[in-house]
Amino acid sequence: MVKGKFFFMNEENFPLIFIYKLRMIRMKIEANIGEGVLEKKGITFAEVRSQRIKEFFIERFFFVNGLLAILILLGIFSLLFAKGYPALKELGWTTFLLSAQWNPTAYEIPRYGILSLINSTLMVTLGALAFAVPLGVACAAFISEAASPRIREILKPTVEILAAIPSVVIGFLGIVLVNPALSTLFGISHGLNALNGSILLAIMALPTIISLSEDALKAVPKTYKEASYALGANRWQTIVRVSVPSALSGIIASIMLGMGRAIGETMTVLMATGNARALTFNFLDPIQTMTATIAIELGEVPYNTTHYYALFIIGFVLFLMTFLVNLVSDIILQKYQEVER
Amino acid sequence: MKRKWSEQLGFLILTLSTVLVVFVLGVILFDIISKGISVISWEFLTHPPRDGMTKGGIFPALLGTFLVSVITVLFAVPLGMFAAIYLHEYARAGKLTRLIRLSIRNLSGVPSIVYGLFGVVIFVQILNFGTSILSAGLTLGLLTLPWTITACEEALKTVPKSYREGALALGATKWYSIRTNVLPYAIPGMLTGTILGLARAAGETAPILFTGAAFFLPHLPKSIFDQFMALPYHLYILATQHHAITQVRPIAYGTALVLLALVLTLSFTAILVRYRFRKKMRG
Repeated sequence: MVKGKFFFMNEENFPLIFIYKLRMIRMKIEANIGEGVLEKKGITFAEVRSQRIKEFFIERFFFVNGLLAILILLGIFSLLFAKGYPALKELGWTTFLLSAQWNPTAYEIPRYGILSLINSTLMVTLGALAFAVPLGVACAAFISEAASPRIREILKPTVEILAAIPSVVIGFLGIVLVNPALSTLFGISHGLNALNGSILLAIMALPTIISLSEDALKAVPKTYKEASYALGANRWQTIVRVSVPSALSGIIASIMLGMGRAIGETMTVLMATGNARALTFNFLDPIQTMTATIAIELGEVPYNTTHYYALFIIGFVLFLMTFLVNLVSDIILQKYQEVER
Repeated sequence: MKRKWSEQLGFLILTLSTVLVVFVLGVILFDIISKGISVISWEFLTHPPRDGMTKGGIFPALLGTFLVSVITVLFAVPLGMFAAIYLHEYARAGKLTRLIRLSIRNLSGVPSIVYGLFGVVIFVQILNFGTSILSAGLTLGLLTLPWTITACEEALKTVPKSYREGALALGATKWYSIRTNVLPYAIPGMLTGTILGLARAAGETAPILFTGAAFFLPHLPKSIFDQFMALPYHLYILATQHHAITQVRPIAYGTALVLLALVLTLSFTAILVRYRFRKKMRG
């Protein structure tokens, strides 16, 4: 069947849709440069055609690569669910979501309740936001509204450096710096607890909140501020009553993104929160987050056991949580950009 | 008068917040550098750990991180580049393109430990690469892919439209115009994004926990199917899992400093390349 170098050089072997496309191409070329011109210039039609076919396949090639992001996202979603499903089938949703006891390696009855883990994750996340939001927004306001251009040029790389510090280094400092500080400050035996994790996660969320909030503040039209000044408001009143409210959706989106980072952060909380699986609301108690649970236990359990599958359920819930947070921030940002336009 | 007072107070709060953020960064850098610098020596960088990791250097961890990074780059950069070329040069505005962009933004928000879980199933179990340099590198490659795509697209955006139109007007095909008139100008920008992505990947620990990083190995890895030691994982071990934690604290500080220096050097290089590139594009 295959004749010559490429079997599709021959119109008989070529799928119908391509033949149609080729005819269109021939008509287009001839309409553009006149019939027979190509031949006069020594370019055969076959050459042009093979070039067009090449272009067509190149475009397809890039298209497939473009789809990659969707495929990976779907892959993560379905694989986590597929790997968690055996545990769900065996134990049911209620076992996971209505119990606070997580103890899969218990001698008598293994417990698979993830409520305390979810609670821990939410605690450190909210604790982190309590530090990072006021600090981050204030810092962003300073950079965009108060700082001179020179100071801004220094501050922006500073924020980038903060973002570049690996989480394991931050976690290490949580052990060697924050831990003794908290222990002396509150008079407790050690400072590896939810508060420690919150402080570290705040440091990790700060760069996201600062740089995106600053972008949002910078996008506020100059005319808004000028109108405010013209009405006799001073710079502070303009920031509080005009700039920040106008940039609010962008600021909220940045906070959501910072929150997503905090929920999914593993190493810092694994190292600095003490890893105790109790259900607590006290920030001075050690806790164990969802991410830390996966990190600690996945290395130890045998593949394809109920415990192993249960860890994928935690991963799946974690994925859904960050997915929702990111989606909401995305929707806010998208709306906000439409208003800007 | 009261207004003036509130304005000054407000600006004071903003300034103090910023000073606090800079102070936190200062404390982090100062602590790591001041306590880590005394450990750093040529021997520390070129020798393996000795005596149950209480003495010796971190060479295997450095090598492991380097090897994994090579796999990460080889995997993520071409794919990220191709995807960016599709999105910026070929894709038409529409539902599918919007969906692709949404996926990319969401992928960059997926927790690194979830990538770790995904890597265990896909690379270690299904593709049967085992816990190895290859599995860990590919997992980190997936993690960096959304950043790489975004960075490459940003780079393509900086190339003026007239460059493409010029080539097309002379009768060049689309791919020819991209190859000769767009990519050469976008490469430095793409490089920047790649280096930044690499810097983040090199410091990641969670995705390599179960895909190939090892507590301690007496030998250097012989192939990409071997397990490896990695800098961030080594630091984690020294900081939390070691039996003589206070004894190895100086080595932990040294490891932290090397890791920090590595990541920051990469980031600075990227920022410098970007700065030069921007200047050139403007001029």
